[in-house]
Amino acid sequence: MAAEAGHGPLTSGEYIAHHLQNLQACKAETGEWVMNIGHNAADICSGNPMAINVDSMFWSVLLGLVFVVSFRGVAKKASSGKPSKFQALVEIIVEFVDGSVKDTFHGKSRLIAPLGLTIFVWVFLMNLMDLIPVDWIPMVAGAAGITYMKVVPSTDVNVTFGMSIAVFFLIIFYTIKNKGVIGFIKEMTLHPIAPPTKGFGLIAAPLIIAFNFVLESVALIAKPISLSLRLFGNMFAGELIFILIALLGVYQLPLHFGWAVFHILIITLQAFIFMMLTIVYLSLASETH
Amino acid sequence: MDINMTLIGQSIAMIVFVWFCMKLIWPPILAALEERQKQIEEGLAAADRGQESLVKAAAEADEIVNEARQQATGILDQAHARANDIVAEGKAGGVKEGERQLDAAKLEIEQEANRAREELRGQVSAIAIASAEKILRREIDSKAHDDILGKLAQEL
Repeated sequence: MAAEAGHGPLTSGEYIAHHLQNLQACKAETGEWVMNIGHNAADICSGNPMAINVDSMFWSVLLGLVFVVSFRGVAKKASSGKPSKFQALVEIIVEFVDGSVKDTFHGKSRLIAPLGLTIFVWVFLMNLMDLIPVDWIPMVAGAAGITYMKVVPSTDVNVTFGMSIAVFFLIIFYTIKNKGVIGFIKEMTLHPIAPPTKGFGLIAAPLIIAFNFVLESVALIAKPISLSLRLFGNMFAGELIFILIALLGVYQLPLHFGWAVFHILIITLQAFIFMMLTIVYLSLASETH
Repeated sequence: MDINMTLIGQSIAMIVFVWFCMKLIWPPILAALEERQKQIEEGLAAADRGQESLVKAAAEADEIVNEARQQATGILDQAHARANDIVAEGKAGGVKEGERQLDAAKLEIEQEANRAREELRGQVSAIAIASAEKILRREIDSKAHDDILGKLAQEL
């Protein structure tokens, strides 16, 4: 259990709350940008829709850069000859993603496979931050004067939502691209119950169309929400358990080890699920009936 | 846990990373992978071809060895036949030469024998005359029997 220097020991509740608080920046009512640095500043930005979670953004962009730079390094030197060890690793990941995409997505797209690769590696790296003992980076940050530091970006619902919303727009884009605007509207209104086209049934048609629209909208919106909440929920719960284990003091070591081993499975699986579902949704969007 | 601008920031970051990946990461790596797959495929095909030509070469070599063996047998047979010929020829030549020399020897012997006979005849007649002379000298005078002795000497 971490004790902040000079401020006395924290209670368990405070410790957990401290670990779950993002480092935020926002425009204060006075018009200047402020960050929640220092004590009793926890909710200076909370509830402000214009606030930015600086730690989440920093770590996610940093990990994204780690992915981009390391893979770009391989891509630049990529040769068909004998690969280096890291190139072999990268190639395994690329082939794995490529295989998953080819199994699921039967159209031709230059975007989907790289999208899947980016999602898989990036989400995996963000999840991987969960395996760093929960106090290490926050303590270093605390020593540097930064009070709050949440290091696992995928435990921030904004991050997972941000990604799934990008996927959501891609779903709509692909639907319209492959089926046209009319096709998209038809898909939203004429399924799952086909409205009658003649006779007395015509009176009921608007009702059925409205019903279909509500149903299809829910189904459409459920996609990004389930995508992001699944990742967020898993990672947040995992992180919370790490924090609770960290409260145990010395006895945390075997527990922490056990949970970390189990968590390796979860972080990989969640990265894979996020990638796979993205591919599945996009292949559904480009499938013509 | 509230929704704020981080969401937009993350979306933008994601779009940028995906775009970067699509433009600069995915194509070269996949190109390298496909290139290597092609190379491996070609290598395997080349190995197959090599195997095939090896089998063919082995068959060809067998054929050549067999042919050479046959030729060698032929040459050997010819050599044997030639050797037999030479031996037979030699034998025949020897026999002929032998006969020729035998004939020459016979002729010479005959001539020698004739000559010896002539000589012997002379000597025998001389001895006969001498002995007859001695006999006659002891008996009676040689004049009475001279004509008979002369006749004898002429007959010899």
